[in-house]
Amino acid sequence: MSLVKLTASALAIAAVSATAAAARDNVQVAGSSTVLPYASIVAEAFGENFDFPTPVVESGGSSAGLKRFCEGVGENTIDIANASRKIKAKEIAACAEAGVKDIIEVRIGYDGIVFASQTDGPAFTALEPADLFNALSDKVLKDGEVIDNPYTKWSEFNAELPDVDIIAFPPGTKHGTREVFEEKVILVGCEESGAMEAMIAGGMSEDDAESACISLRTDGKSVDIDGDYTETLARIDANPNGVGIFGLAFYENNTDKLKVATMSGVVPSTESISTGEYPVSRPLFFYIKKAHIGVIPGLKEYAQFFVADEIAGPDGPLASYGLVSDPELAATQATVEAEEVMGGM
Amino acid sequence: MTDATANAPDAPKQGKHAGSLFDADVRTRKRNAAEARFRAYGLTAVGIGVAALIMLMASILSQGLPAFNQTFITLDVYLDEAKLDKNGTRDIEAIKKVSTFGYDPLIKNAMTSRMDALGVSAEEFGISGKELSAMISKEAAAQLRRFVIAHPDRIGDTVEFEFLASGRIDGYYKGRVSMESAEKDSNVTPGQLRLADALKEGGALSTHFNWGFITMADASENRPEAAGIGVAMLGSLYMMIIVLCLALPIGVAASIYLEEFAPKNWITDLIEVNISNLAAVPSIVFGILGLAIFINYAGLPQSAPIVGGLVLTLMTLPTIIISTRASLKSVPPSIRDAALGVGASKMQSVFHHVLPLAAPGILTGTIIGLAQALGETAPLMLIGMVAFVREFPSAPPEGFFDPASALPVQVYNWTTRADPAFVERASGAIIVLLIFLLCMNFLAIILRRRFERRW
Repeated sequence: MSLVKLTASALAIAAVSATAAAARDNVQVAGSSTVLPYASIVAEAFGENFDFPTPVVESGGSSAGLKRFCEGVGENTIDIANASRKIKAKEIAACAEAGVKDIIEVRIGYDGIVFASQTDGPAFTALEPADLFNALSDKVLKDGEVIDNPYTKWSEFNAELPDVDIIAFPPGTKHGTREVFEEKVILVGCEESGAMEAMIAGGMSEDDAESACISLRTDGKSVDIDGDYTETLARIDANPNGVGIFGLAFYENNTDKLKVATMSGVVPSTESISTGEYPVSRPLFFYIKKAHIGVIPGLKEYAQFFVADEIAGPDGPLASYGLVSDPELAATQATVEAEEVMGGM
Repeated sequence: MTDATANAPDAPKQGKHAGSLFDADVRTRKRNAAEARFRAYGLTAVGIGVAALIMLMASILSQGLPAFNQTFITLDVYLDEAKLDKNGTRDIEAIKKVSTFGYDPLIKNAMTSRMDALGVSAEEFGISGKELSAMISKEAAAQLRRFVIAHPDRIGDTVEFEFLASGRIDGYYKGRVSMESAEKDSNVTPGQLRLADALKEGGALSTHFNWGFITMADASENRPEAAGIGVAMLGSLYMMIIVLCLALPIGVAASIYLEEFAPKNWITDLIEVNISNLAAVPSIVFGILGLAIFINYAGLPQSAPIVGGLVLTLMTLPTIIISTRASLKSVPPSIRDAALGVGASKMQSVFHHVLPLAAPGILTGTIIGLAQALGETAPLMLIGMVAFVREFPSAPPEGFFDPASALPVQVYNWTTRADPAFVERASGAIIVLLIFLLCMNFLAIILRRRFERRW
């Protein structure tokens, strides 16, 4: 009877699965979806040029990646966590508790955050952090008073901005990009517009004022995008007046559909970000488990290859994709070479 | 009422109930109108469904079919010994030292000499040397290096290669990129497109069916033209094999016991309720379970089809058990009674008589369960299968433990990428997935038709 055969083969497979716990020979990477494209470009080139198998790269976000990174040491844990922000002290503690004590921090470069609208849409050529704060924050300063955001058009607070309805698509709170946007744009705008000062004068503590600054309006003029940049792009496509927030690399790949806004008069580009002229950028990292070096074949080679001049340098494939290369790349290469772990552990 | 009145259409009506049968009265008209209305609702409902299906199919097909075609550039590459094997030893280790970056100049030279042969130059189109190289996929260097390592004796020869054109050039011939959009696009210039047209006229550039889309592995974001669904298809296939081999025997055994042998008491009732509940549990829950049990506790590898298959087995089991029990129930009790009556044991009656009659239903349920598992993404996300995987898993059973991707995962991955060329490939992958599902459902129908018996 065929059922008997099927059962037998199933049992055989179960037996195989119980016995074969083969050693892992590929590098396993997880983490930030911003770093993912760079990591996959490197992984692909690594697989092509070395005898090691191509590393497996997962996305899922910086926090999720670091959480899995800190689960412990061993073959069924990941070797590298990609992150679009620095590892937090809390995460280092969690790592240490699970036995992940020696972590090598590698900064691969910088990523710019740009504001863009449809190519046929309004041009934002005079955008300042204060304008974005006025457009998007829940509470703004108007006529010396902190009130609920009354603005409906960009031109109402800055005559040089287009006379169109405010509609913006910032990334949702689970994205690392959101944090940078809040910190480097909204908070700065809050201070520049004087709203922060007014709030503190009104009896708020500094922390309360900061969190009041970065809480965005919820009346439908600011729509959080929890998906990826592709979703933001689709929203912009449907909204002629919409302003979206993208990573520089995403914009560079879609320049035919998007018109970029200047920030404080500076056009975002790899050059203006590397010189520091364009203010909204952040470093990108990956973290290596030192205990896995020498155990997982190709781990150190992959890390070295990632930060090599021909890859992460200004003329490498990562820079042509949109990464702002790190001027201190040589120091990073030395860190990887010496397997220098993070201090204070 | 007489015949005369019935036959005479001009006869005067005699009040409410005296009308002709051919003349609908108010109540009948009302009922008929209600029926007509209901039919109209039904037709509208069917119409909406069909329209939605047509819209979905039209959008997927129009976006996805171009993925099966690709633009290629044919070049004669001179495999320069001075570049590839400086010492002339043909030592494979020495040749391997030349990275793909070292192969780029060879391709560029081949491109220039092809253009010379066609009587065009990069200058007349106003494109720089870097832009010239950018017209050919970055996959080309890897393709060339693989060839040289496999055939070191060909170094020094001139070999003809068919390279993939870059994603934007390919997009130009698929209507995704136009001269106007190229003006604004930082990745392509109108000059490159005009040069591509000139190459096409000269026969060096052609667009044809691309087997690579089906056989090749995923590619990184800066070479969408080289991305394929090979690894994803293999991963999905492996998982389906595991699900079939585990879920079918376990599910059928469980349902036969519950249906034919188990006593009816509160324990079996409880089990029954639980199975029905499990069938409705969101699939992500099984992913969390899989991560906790199979990876963290049992120590199985991440991103491997074995874990995916086990998780999907758990997810499919309730579906199979429910459909198997339903088809066992539908076998008339007279069959069991007759078998027992002529002296068969309980087990003989089940395996010789009931099970063969229930088989079509069981198979249909299993295939529908498999089809459901094939399209599942959420549980795979937690066990590391939503990943960039380029290495093909080896043959089973070892291959079950190698990293792999899956078809729906590949679709999800591609839709999140920045380069617009991936949209087309995501739709192409959806078409392949739909073909798989259609085949499975078709198989289910054939099996049912073939083995079905009526009483």
